[in-house]
Amino acid sequence: MSAQEAPVIEAVGLVKRFGDFTAVDDVSFEVPKGSVFGLLGPNGAGKTTIVRMMTTLAIPTRGSARVAGHDVVTEPEAVRASMGLTAQSATVDDLLTGRENLRLIGDLYGLPRKVVRSRADELLERFSLDESGDKVVKDYSGGMRRRIDLAVSLIAAPAVLFLDEPTTGLDPRSRVELWDVLRGLVRDGTTLLLTTQYLDEADQLADTIVVIDHGRIIAQGTPLELKDQSGAASLVVTVSRHDQVQQAAALLRGVVGDIHVDADARKLTAPAGDVAALASIAGRLDEAGIDVDDLGMQRPSLDDVFLALTGHKAEETTNEEVPA
Amino acid sequence: MSAVTQTAVLDRTAPRPTGAGQVRQILTLVRRNLTHIKRQPEMLTDVTIQPVMFVLLFAYVFGGSINVPGVDYKPWLLPGIMAQTIAFSAFIVAIGLNTDIGKGMVDRLRSLPIRRSSILVSRSIAALIHSSIGVAVMSVTGLFIGWRVGEGVLRGLLGYGLLLLFGFAMIWVGILVGSAMRSVEAVNGLMFTTIFPITFLSNAFARTDVMPSWLRTMAEWNPISALTQALRDNWGVAGAAVRADAPWPLQNPELATIIWSLAITALIAPLALRAFNNRTTD
Repeated sequence: MSAQEAPVIEAVGLVKRFGDFTAVDDVSFEVPKGSVFGLLGPNGAGKTTIVRMMTTLAIPTRGSARVAGHDVVTEPEAVRASMGLTAQSATVDDLLTGRENLRLIGDLYGLPRKVVRSRADELLERFSLDESGDKVVKDYSGGMRRRIDLAVSLIAAPAVLFLDEPTTGLDPRSRVELWDVLRGLVRDGTTLLLTTQYLDEADQLADTIVVIDHGRIIAQGTPLELKDQSGAASLVVTVSRHDQVQQAAALLRGVVGDIHVDADARKLTAPAGDVAALASIAGRLDEAGIDVDDLGMQRPSLDDVFLALTGHKAEETTNEEVPA
Repeated sequence: MSAVTQTAVLDRTAPRPTGAGQVRQILTLVRRNLTHIKRQPEMLTDVTIQPVMFVLLFAYVFGGSINVPGVDYKPWLLPGIMAQTIAFSAFIVAIGLNTDIGKGMVDRLRSLPIRRSSILVSRSIAALIHSSIGVAVMSVTGLFIGWRVGEGVLRGLLGYGLLLLFGFAMIWVGILVGSAMRSVEAVNGLMFTTIFPITFLSNAFARTDVMPSWLRTMAEWNPISALTQALRDNWGVAGAAVRADAPWPLQNPELATIIWSLAITALIAPLALRAFNNRTTD
């Protein structure tokens, strides 16, 4: 393999045990330069432990990993110098201003002072934080905190960026904004490894997704491939009045065929369906005089992926296989 | 945000990180801790208002009842409260370190190309500065209640040097407690039920002569007593003289303070480093 083709992030047979508990079990993957790699899985699946091993914060029980060509166990300093980490909880200093946080980490990276100053200003501007740069982080909103946290990880222009659940706890708008920022980084050639609990996030950002459950890889592929495995979107109608549920059900069957009716919740679920079907159904319900509380497409969730991949839901697997 | 999607966020032609020299790492982190004090000056109450309050409480409320024959209690008390204040350096380190570990700040620092020891050294220096502010406030307070450095500049400085040395030893206790405890509340609980009474079980607030013999033995061998005695001797505080049969540490308080400081460091430092490494490695 030539130097150019060598993966920027590489894990080979990673195992991490805490006592009797195996948090990560024989995980291998490769991330090519400039691509986005998504680790998808429920809470406790081992995603954070994988990130901690890749970023030298945890030592693998077995197996090895390389980041930017450096072994995480034998060359941790070189790994640290070439990567940035945005941990699960935004680890910025609440009592420092955004600018001070950037300069703190830049100084610790050993960058020349002038470079630290100019990069800090540049990052504040790029992350729409220039007006809040001299406010203490304690007074930031959740979205601003996440952005400054990410900006701090970028102060040394790392070739590789690890993001552990970067959008957990963010409102939808801040989430979309952060996705834009991450896409910008990728365009600049940064290699990203991110963990997420949300299929749509992995779908939006990742070139390759690995689904993790109980520390094991249970599926791997592009977002499209995974969604194919987990079934298409479904169409959900919530009828306003109980006495119209059956009427609506009959109407829906006429359009999409087999449907599922939850009479108590006044909820009708139809498989598949596209936006055209959605529009046509909306029109027919209206013509028939059926009042509707909600009508929309439901995309496959992480649960659906798990259901498709493992035959049971994420929560159920968690209960079944809890270590003794 | 839109700017992000259109222009390069990062300029990769700029210098690559090399890892700062350790001195720069430490200074950078010390500055961070001092900025905390600047932003939250109430952090200093433990070394300012609290000891001043103690001086006033003991000097004016209990002072009349605490019998130190033929001696003005207030200037006699002051070195004891300074010794207590410096012992609380352990408290300051433990709270700060525990908070940084709990909030993930230590992990962030460990993910950088810096030496792990910089994290501890900077914490320790910041704590010593924090405590020294307290000692300075105490000194000024002392001037108002009749305390003076009466044995010359050199012996005066020796006193302050011994305070710092003992503070250095107590910092290891702080690193141990801060690394081993699971929460700031646990740190508070442990420190208040140990360091606090230990500083009272000494000659800092009352003469040991009149204590029951078992208590007197404990109090006179307490490192706080040696330090307090050394301060009283070197600052020429009236009533500093100890009785002829006082144990060795009170007869040789400077040397005793040095030995105690080295012994505490030798015993606690390895445990503290192990606790910190265990806590921050998995």
